Amino acid sequence: MTKLREFPIEGKYGKYGGKFIPETLVPAINELEDAYEKIKNDSEFKNELDYYLKNYAGRPTPLFFAKNLSDYVGGARIFLKREDLLHGGAHKTNNCLGQCLLAKRMGKKRIIAETGAGQHGVGTAMAAAVLGLKAEIYMGSMDIERQKLNMFRMELLGAKVHSVDSGTKTLKDAINEALRDWITNVKDTYYLIGSVVGPHPYPMIVRDFQSVIGEEIKYQLKEFTKRSPHALVCCVGGGSNAMGTFFPFLDDKDTSMYGVEAGGLGVRTGKHSATLKEGSEGILHGMRTFLLQDEFGQITDTHSISAGLDYPGVGPQHVQLKDLERAKYVTCNDNEALDAFFKLSKLEGIIPALESCHAVSYGMKLARKMKRDENIVVTLSGRGDKDIDQVMKYRQKFIGR
Amino acid sequence: MQNNRIERKFYQLKARKQKGLICYIMGGYPNPVDCEKIISAIVEGGADIIEIGIPFSDPIADGPVIQEAAFKALQKGVTPQICLNLIKNTRKRYPELPIVIMTYSNILQKNGFKKFMQMAKDAGTDGFILPDMTIDESERYLEYSKNLELASIFLVAPNTSNLRIKNTLAVSTGFVYVVSIYGTTGMRNSFNKYTLTAIKNIKKLGPKKNISVGFGISTPQHVQLMSNCGADAVIVGSAIVKMIDSNEERDIVQLQNNLRGYVKSLKAACTI
Repeated sequence: MTKLREFPIEGKYGKYGGKFIPETLVPAINELEDAYEKIKNDSEFKNELDYYLKNYAGRPTPLFFAKNLSDYVGGARIFLKREDLLHGGAHKTNNCLGQCLLAKRMGKKRIIAETGAGQHGVGTAMAAAVLGLKAEIYMGSMDIERQKLNMFRMELLGAKVHSVDSGTKTLKDAINEALRDWITNVKDTYYLIGSVVGPHPYPMIVRDFQSVIGEEIKYQLKEFTKRSPHALVCCVGGGSNAMGTFFPFLDDKDTSMYGVEAGGLGVRTGKHSATLKEGSEGILHGMRTFLLQDEFGQITDTHSISAGLDYPGVGPQHVQLKDLERAKYVTCNDNEALDAFFKLSKLEGIIPALESCHAVSYGMKLARKMKRDENIVVTLSGRGDKDIDQVMKYRQKFIGR
Repeated sequence: MQNNRIERKFYQLKARKQKGLICYIMGGYPNPVDCEKIISAIVEGGADIIEIGIPFSDPIADGPVIQEAAFKALQKGVTPQICLNLIKNTRKRYPELPIVIMTYSNILQKNGFKKFMQMAKDAGTDGFILPDMTIDESERYLEYSKNLELASIFLVAPNTSNLRIKNTLAVSTGFVYVVSIYGTTGMRNSFNKYTLTAIKNIKKLGPKKNISVGFGISTPQHVQLMSNCGADAVIVGSAIVKMIDSNEERDIVQLQNNLRGYVKSLKAACTI
């Protein structure tokens, strides 16, 4: 039987993935595929990336036993993989450094990227700055309105931010606009996708650069217990922190996996971003995957309290894992995520990103049902400083009532 | 090979020593009723083939003009079915007019490629142009196209390798869509040398194929330029959509006159 870690096979994860792209991008995608094949096992490249991950970004990030939280829940032991401590404040930096170094190897000087909440944009701007590349970031005008601070951060880091006014003016439109830029400037431009989405080989490249998360968990947990984790819990928007966490464990039968999507105001209200749970098969942004779409195939608006999960698609490998029931995909509503935000802040002194709160919330739920000698690892994909303003507004509204 | 309307059209054009003029409109835009009148005006002006766009929420190969038209059409509730009805009505009026659909893969995927292509065929469609469908992903799409006798019109770009051009020509039916420039759809003031080189090269690799050039073309001079390089037809889209946009007074008769005149001026440049 084919091992799950051997995917993609010919660019596909079962029937998902592939390359659905305008012809102009085909040579660029093929060039990227060839370049990645070359550096994948190149020790010089690996050493250079490791150098930046360690000395610039602060890897390895700790695996922290959240004793207070575990005691409060009263079930399995909860460990937190602290990607929130990575430079930039989220796991995004892993991928940005990897791809910027790859771009450099390919002789590309100009980097373009999309960003939703701004975390991937900030990561790209940082990596480009330290590696001497020029970065231009596409961001929906609606997202800029919601995340003004991150736009300023990107500009401070030397990146140029393009406001995107088309469509719904959010992440998916920023991706559309970045793709249009790439079609136009395909010769000298590198498109740095921020999640395990897009045409092959992007879902694979981003997954590989994020897999450092799962690899570290593997050896770090051994300091606490001889057993492998019973469960891994991660939030899923596009799904890069989840894939980075899951991938090294895919063929370990003892470890179960949970991807937590944004349930928004509740999946029944239609205002959510639960693509795997509520979506259907479709083709968008270069891949065959699951999408939130209407009966005619038009992509629908998404909602989540966390802008980072606000995406109507999902990485194709996640759809394969769902189909094979290797990972389970669940949802967590805005309110539950907020509750986790307050709990983790108070109990452990860690303010988590609202995205990560979805994983924390489900992790608590799961721990309650598990035995005390079992272990759950929750990936804390980012820190919550960026969300404090929004949480304050929500709380005022709540107390006002 | 004259067993379908597109092939027959190119055969006639070649006999008359003419280049083909392919005109794009956004289905159901600015509204379904006016859209039919717009098609009539364009056909009366001399368009040889009509390309009907089915609006998609995320048109990555399109520039601002067509993006905006798609967005507005969707806001007004235009569905793929409305576009198919438009084709049905146009087919009744013009039994011999080649009509192709330009849209994105997800519109077909949602119904299932097979089912949607059957529906399109029944409405009177002659073929499909899907800018996000590559030959690499097209196995089943090609199978259905063949079974339903629908043209599978693939795109070729200025940076497509010769090997890939040959492979694309081998599976393209009806015509081949040559993307003239690095970029999205929309009017350009001028073209670079690479565009002309690419057209000549593609024509050389597929001398028997119908080579149609699109993206950026809007004037009779452009039409002549592409023709001189060996193009068998040109595709005009954004310029027409823009004329429809600028008809702010919503005077459909005036718009029809303008479009008829404009298309006529382009078609005049198609005679060799």
